[in-house]
Amino acid sequence: MAELVIRGGTVLTARGPERLDVRVAEGRIAELGPALSGPRELDAGGCWVGPGLVDLHCHTREPGQEWKEDLQTACLAAAAGGYTAILAMPNTDPPVDRGVVARQVVQRGEQIGLVEVAAAGALTAGRLGERLSHLDELWEAGVRVFTDDGDTVTDSGVLRRAMEYLAVRGGVVAQHAEDPALSAGGHLHEGSVSSRLGVAGIPREAEEVVVGRDLHLVRLTGCRYHVQHVSSRGTVELVEAARHSGLPVTAEVTPHHLAFDETAVEDLNPDFKMYPPLRTAEDRTALREALDRGTIDVVATDHAPHARQEKEVPFEEAPRGVIGLETALSVTLGVIRDPKLVFDRMAVRPARIAGMPSQGRVPEVGSPANLVVVDPDRRWTPATFRSKSGNSPWKGVELVGRARFTLYRGRVTWEDS
Amino acid sequence: MRNLLSIRDLDRVRIEELCSLADEFLAVMRRPIPQVPALRGITVATMFFEPSTRTRLSFERAARGLSADVMGFQAAGSSVAKGESLKDTALTLRAMGANIMVVRHGSAGAPKRVAEWTGCPTVNAGDGANQHPTQALADTFALLRRFGRLDGIRIAIVGDVRHSRVARSDVEAFTRMGASVTLVAPPPLLPPDLTGWPVAVSDQLDDLLEELDVVYLLRVQTERGGATVLPSVEEYARRFGLDAHRLGRMPDHAVVMHPGPMNRGVEITPDVADHPRCLVLDQVEAGVAVRMAVLFRLGAGLKGEAPHG
Ligand SMILES: [Zn+2]
Repeated sequence: MAELVIRGGTVLTARGPERLDVRVAEGRIAELGPALSGPRELDAGGCWVGPGLVDLHCHTREPGQEWKEDLQTACLAAAAGGYTAILAMPNTDPPVDRGVVARQVVQRGEQIGLVEVAAAGALTAGRLGERLSHLDELWEAGVRVFTDDGDTVTDSGVLRRAMEYLAVRGGVVAQHAEDPALSAGGHLHEGSVSSRLGVAGIPREAEEVVVGRDLHLVRLTGCRYHVQHVSSRGTVELVEAARHSGLPVTAEVTPHHLAFDETAVEDLNPDFKMYPPLRTAEDRTALREALDRGTIDVVATDHAPHARQEKEVPFEEAPRGVIGLETALSVTLGVIRDPKLVFDRMAVRPARIAGMPSQGRVPEVGSPANLVVVDPDRRWTPATFRSKSGNSPWKGVELVGRARFTLYRGRVTWEDS
Repeated sequence: MRNLLSIRDLDRVRIEELCSLADEFLAVMRRPIPQVPALRGITVATMFFEPSTRTRLSFERAARGLSADVMGFQAAGSSVAKGESLKDTALTLRAMGANIMVVRHGSAGAPKRVAEWTGCPTVNAGDGANQHPTQALADTFALLRRFGRLDGIRIAIVGDVRHSRVARSDVEAFTRMGASVTLVAPPPLLPPDLTGWPVAVSDQLDDLLEELDVVYLLRVQTERGGATVLPSVEEYARRFGLDAHRLGRMPDHAVVMHPGPMNRGVEITPDVADHPRCLVLDQVEAGVAVRMAVLFRLGAGLKGEAPHG
């Protein structure tokens, strides 16, 4: 495999940021040092060099909903966003509730070869919330994170059994926290904006009552537990208290919850419709602070592509979800500028939670060359996307910071031109 | 005025202007030949994605009163049932020559999308529980005709405010015109967060009756889930329904309003509905007049433009 050198960047090493060049050969980091040269050189002047990003929450839609996205386009979008790994959510058709489906997703990812694709497994058969899916089969197929994402496992008995089953193996139960009885019919945050527009809202408590219940079950079972897309101050407080009492709990936040609040929905643009909904400025501040101090471990995209005709309808009729792979890094840089924190929350911790040993590693000689070169000052305006769908709230909005190069297993998978 | 999507688009001066224009059209409506040639050559499309006869007829009557052509579209039994999108329906009507869009839709914001997609002047004829600006203009006009002005008038809006686009529009229009508004309803029928609303709130109608100039009754919207959040409709009628006894406790000049259609026996008893102090039919008449005013204003902007300019 061709050798190359990343020149002129600041490398986020275990000792901290250092002005170093990086020689990549045979898919690994061969050398770190000043003034390296090679047959191919990547200009990293003014850039940070760190571990490739890892997305813990990505809807790749394959198999079954390829009109929205497929693994090829999802991987292209991921590479362009600085990612070298994604965790594909299991709400496909068929859902990833059998080992064979998980293997198929991972193998497609290998064939495409742009990012490492891991499959999250469904907690319950058919994602129906009634009986456990084939957890053993999924585990043997390499699945380490289990979730019915898109829906909540509401049955406490079923969830308890899943946690007991997975606790002994070290698996992670990830929850999309939404009490359907509290969220039913809702389209945006229940608050002043929903009241003014007369559109049924979704209260914070729809999320918080589920997380509160789940944490009791974590205490009971000892299972690792991950809260997906935290949206409220109350959930942050629950996670913080659980962490303090020693429970194995992690949490993620999406770029859109860091960037926007409920007022962004006033125009009823379907590109701002998602679950959980954008909440108040106060919630957003709590999320940013929690991310900063590490109570929230991870920025995860909840990349949820929907075709144009599906979103080009009135707000209340539109499906939930926005895309995020290509903009997440830029948006996060708008919130946290410290490169060490950015890589920690977008690469190191998500890789650890997802159980991906060759991802999220600080650059050192011998480690896999899954890297991203980030230009923190690059100004750009998203207009078109590598993703098959364009349901982004940042269409036409100027962003600052972008991946200049992404390297997966030593190969350049994205170059900003 | 390019569109009328929300009563928020109109300040007090604009509302007064439209009401005095409506006053002139009211005179037109009472002529033997109730028509003026103001919008000859203009086509008004009424796109109704929710069943509503009274509002659609009111707009069509208003359009014909201005000599406009009318293209009516009702969702039931149409291509919507075959999966045609709102966007395609709107673009199709424009391609057929519609110049002004009148849109009623079950989802908030739908008329605004139609305005964006077609570029045609668009009137919101009711979107979800969001806005119904021409109803608010009709109610304001009816009250102006009754009281001369709204400054200092005390109005209670009673009932299912949560699911009511009429209430949302009326609160804005009435308070902008100087009236004070109290929302009266059991908590599940109020919007969950009233921050920033220029209103008082009560769940005791009986405490207010002596001090009201207007009681505005809303329909309990069973189709939007209004009834399912109440313990029972009978209980609601007993606490919040307006009967002759409650009407008798109000000042002699006080009036009763309702946007229709009424549930006689629920929010209003039949004797109150038929009472001379009940303005329901005045509101209907005012509705045609203000819709003429609105269409006239929007049509005036089209003068000299190519059909799809
Ligand atoms: Zn989710």
